[in-house]
Amino acid sequence: MGTGGVGIVRMSGTKAMDIANKIFVPVSDNGNGPDRGYKIRYGKARDPEDGQIIDEVLLTVMRAPKTYTREDVVEINCHAGPVVLKKILMTLVALGARLADPGEFTLRAFLNGRIDLAQAEAVMTLVSAKTEAALRSAVQQLSGEFSEKIGKIKSDLIHILSEVEAAIDFPEEDLDLIKPDVLIKKLMDLIEEVGRLIESAKQGKILIEGIATAIVGKANVGKSSLLNRLLMEDRAIVTPFPGTTRDVIEAMLNIHGILLRIQDTAGIRESGNLIEQEGIKRSRESIQKADLVLMVMDGSKEPDDEDVRIARMLTDKDTVLILNKMDLVDKKEQKCNNLSIIDIIRPKIILNTSILYDLGVNELKTGIAELFFQGKRGHDESPVVTNVRHVSALNSAEEALQRVLQGAGQGLSEEFLSVDLRGALAALGQITGETTTDDILNEIFSGFCVGK
Amino acid sequence: MFHVEHGAGPMAINGNEQFEVIVVGGGHAGCEAALASARMGCATLLVTQNPDHIAQMSCNPAIGGLAKGHMVREIDALGGEMARAIDDTGIQFRMLNTRKGPAVQAPRAQADKKKYRERMRSALEMQANLAIHQGDVKRLLIENHEVAGVETLAGSLYLSGAVILTTGTFLKGLIHVGMTSFPGGRAGEPPAVELADDLLSLGFEIRRLKTGTPPRLHAETIDFDTLVPLEGDPVPPPFSFSTRAITRPQVPCYITYTNEKTHEIIRKGLDRSPLYSGKIKGIGPRYCPSIEDKVVRFPGKGRHQIFLEPEGLDTMEIYANGISTSLPLDVQTGFVRTISGLENALIMKPGYAVEYDFVLPTQLLPTLETKKIRGLFHAGQINGTSGYEEAAAQGLLAGINAVQHLRGKEPVVLKRSEAYIGVLIDDLVTRGTEEPYRMFTSRAEHRLLLRHDNADLRLCEKGYGLGLVSTDEHERFLMKKDLIHKEMARMQKKTIVPSPDVNEVLGRLGSAPIQGRTSIFQLAKRPELNYENLSVLDTGRGPLPKEVCSICETEAKYEGFIQREKDQVMRYDEMEGIRIPEEIEYGQIQSLSREVQEKLNRVRPLSIGQAARISGITPAAISILLIYLKNKRCRIG
Repeated sequence: MGTGGVGIVRMSGTKAMDIANKIFVPVSDNGNGPDRGYKIRYGKARDPEDGQIIDEVLLTVMRAPKTYTREDVVEINCHAGPVVLKKILMTLVALGARLADPGEFTLRAFLNGRIDLAQAEAVMTLVSAKTEAALRSAVQQLSGEFSEKIGKIKSDLIHILSEVEAAIDFPEEDLDLIKPDVLIKKLMDLIEEVGRLIESAKQGKILIEGIATAIVGKANVGKSSLLNRLLMEDRAIVTPFPGTTRDVIEAMLNIHGILLRIQDTAGIRESGNLIEQEGIKRSRESIQKADLVLMVMDGSKEPDDEDVRIARMLTDKDTVLILNKMDLVDKKEQKCNNLSIIDIIRPKIILNTSILYDLGVNELKTGIAELFFQGKRGHDESPVVTNVRHVSALNSAEEALQRVLQGAGQGLSEEFLSVDLRGALAALGQITGETTTDDILNEIFSGFCVGK
Repeated sequence: MFHVEHGAGPMAINGNEQFEVIVVGGGHAGCEAALASARMGCATLLVTQNPDHIAQMSCNPAIGGLAKGHMVREIDALGGEMARAIDDTGIQFRMLNTRKGPAVQAPRAQADKKKYRERMRSALEMQANLAIHQGDVKRLLIENHEVAGVETLAGSLYLSGAVILTTGTFLKGLIHVGMTSFPGGRAGEPPAVELADDLLSLGFEIRRLKTGTPPRLHAETIDFDTLVPLEGDPVPPPFSFSTRAITRPQVPCYITYTNEKTHEIIRKGLDRSPLYSGKIKGIGPRYCPSIEDKVVRFPGKGRHQIFLEPEGLDTMEIYANGISTSLPLDVQTGFVRTISGLENALIMKPGYAVEYDFVLPTQLLPTLETKKIRGLFHAGQINGTSGYEEAAAQGLLAGINAVQHLRGKEPVVLKRSEAYIGVLIDDLVTRGTEEPYRMFTSRAEHRLLLRHDNADLRLCEKGYGLGLVSTDEHERFLMKKDLIHKEMARMQKKTIVPSPDVNEVLGRLGSAPIQGRTSIFQLAKRPELNYENLSVLDTGRGPLPKEVCSICETEAKYEGFIQREKDQVMRYDEMEGIRIPEEIEYGQIQSLSREVQEKLNRVRPLSIGQAARISGITPAAISILLIYLKNKRCRIG
């Protein structure tokens, strides 16, 4: 359900046709009920309860098994207003349909053998990708780069484990086993590699969920102009979520493939009519939740106490400092007393803008994009973890490896190191499939001349 | 020699002898199977080619070692014979891995082969309900997919409700020495050809394996003075929980090494190696490669270790452990004499390789009964394993389950978290094997739980319940268990209050001072402290048997790890608990790839846990299976 021009309600299952029949009234009766496969028909949606017409609709009928779910599927295209959509949904539910769980269509497709699990997971990621960068990451994950990386870590682990296991199972053999300091070095390398992947998950989260961003600043410095300028250019989606104490607006901005999620913009929409205390309070709240803060100041004026107070809240945040209204500044008398503010915030980027005249906005966007890709992630470098399940598996692998490292440091005997090495392998196994004893034995027999 | 008890003796039907259980083969699997069945009260027949070779150690003169020693202790706890037999006839006992934790320590012993044979045969002969007949079984009698007895080459028919096949390397055995090969199950003994054909005609899937032995040398031609002796432990550790002490005199083994000269002769002889000329088709064990294999596969290794092990106290035969080979005799003699201490060695028996048939063990239920023919059980090398201990363990369980089958009682299946024997059988019936299967501790997920020192705690109750453990043994076990419980509770309750004196004692033991009240149990966790050196602080403790103290110490030291393993076991058990209905049709689960469907169909696992262990079954496939089962239940319910 979106806010575009057309809304689509989709039903899947054995009763989909029956229910559709009850709500759909064909306009030009051509004699065929809505049960011929793959036909789009024009008509009206009517509530059978009171006979009231809800909307003009297009009805698409797709017969099992040649559908996404392998079940009968009916799609009702209607006008996209939330009221209409909601009314159609409620009517269908009253007629015996059930609201789908998140991802249920894909689940059904999977259960009915239409797609395999890997495809299902890929679809879920692709669907939830909101920007190109997220899409790229999902595709990259599908293409197996991530699996390859995990595979590499696993084979290193299996190698270490084979040394440990050989020491246990072949005490009488004349084997040249790994030295404790080499073992510790290898463990530290592995922990670092796993750590890097976990770190990349933060990037992954940003790609999928967007960067929580706060725009702060005093009244009348150009916050709302900035937001509007960004919204206008990127056709952002603004979704109202009613039901909380007051309406919270969440705006999604796509900046060079990076998703900015600007929350609590209600605070930004106000102009000068809020008292100062309230402004600061709101700023504080949005700053707390933010990964990125855009602080807007009036660059044509001296910073005042309020600017300083806001700045003090930003000392541990990634901040972009925007000195706005530069069109009002006489080029000859550049202000340099912003230094005090810069000292407090230590911003990642400082920009001079004139949002009114659209000066510096492109630089702002490029700056933000670079900030989040810089260093940590070149566009096609190492894979980025985006799946929550994968992150938790990596976390438990890292914990297990830390315990191995600690144990090895204390000189614990091999059977104890093995417990956590296996634990780490099992955790990684959740991502790419189980490691069997055979894998470990294979490694032992290929590496050591075992056997009396 | 046949005792009739409880009216369970053989009866003649149409002139054919009737038994309840027939065991074919008198090796290590056959012995345990026959003893278990007879001890549980079934009229049992053991048919063997040659009763003089009962319990023959065809390969090395040793029992135990890592994982294998664990299994021998488990066999003992369940009421099997192997542990007591080796305790009575061993000539060198050692505990391995004493520098590591108790979970991966295991006993190993050199056996006097002849005495071991005699000791085991006498146990069989003295056993009530057990008859031994000489005979070559040529075919199984089958009625309606159910076994009814066996027929021998001599034409005798023996009838029974259950048959246990323990054929070792005899099914179409083919012996290789150099480019010469001849039929034989063991050097000097004929193979079982008809029986192998019979199994094939019954529709069993059969493959071929290979194993080998080294040359046996004459002790008088070895210069032991130049070699490093390897002595047994000062106090020989027994295998059986019932053995109080080992009294037989102990002898050393000797260690020597191959060298570059040895390897050169071996390389030159490779053109006459049946292994490298492609003559041997069967797959050999990677953990026990021939010396030619070691030289070829590890060219960088300048020397390979050899243990010279006596075959007995009253024989000159020395087993050269480490140079198993099927090279021609002249090459064997040549390379042996390049080895330090063996310059003048005479070969008494040449090394050889033997190829033999085995029946794919995935055709078995976890009881070791074949899926195809009711009442037919397989144990030992016929299932693709190698090793006396692996064979004995399967024999014991096959014997138990044959009896349970006849009596309509619950089968005995040991869990992977309960015994190495459980791991062994589950691996065989679930994953099968492509090389001779040997047990390793690394095959067990729950190694810290499956210790040699707690085998009785894990299994004795079961053995007693089956009637395999005597009341006396059981009483002794209960007393030990009680002592352990009381001592653990005492160690947890007894606390030490910090004081300068206490902390000084700790300091002397290399341990950090304590800050507050600390229990003995907590203190025993510290790596530098143990039950023994804690006695200074732990005053007023009563005298306890050593095995009780060591278990208490182990439980304290490894509490955290053991708990983590127990948590895992619970998760495993959950998966084991999800049964897969017998009638499931994998072909109908479209989300499973054809390959996965075939794998599942081949094994037809009984539970989700077992399914997950089949090789090539991914976690994704398991989740599909789980969803399918859940959906199915919903639809039915």
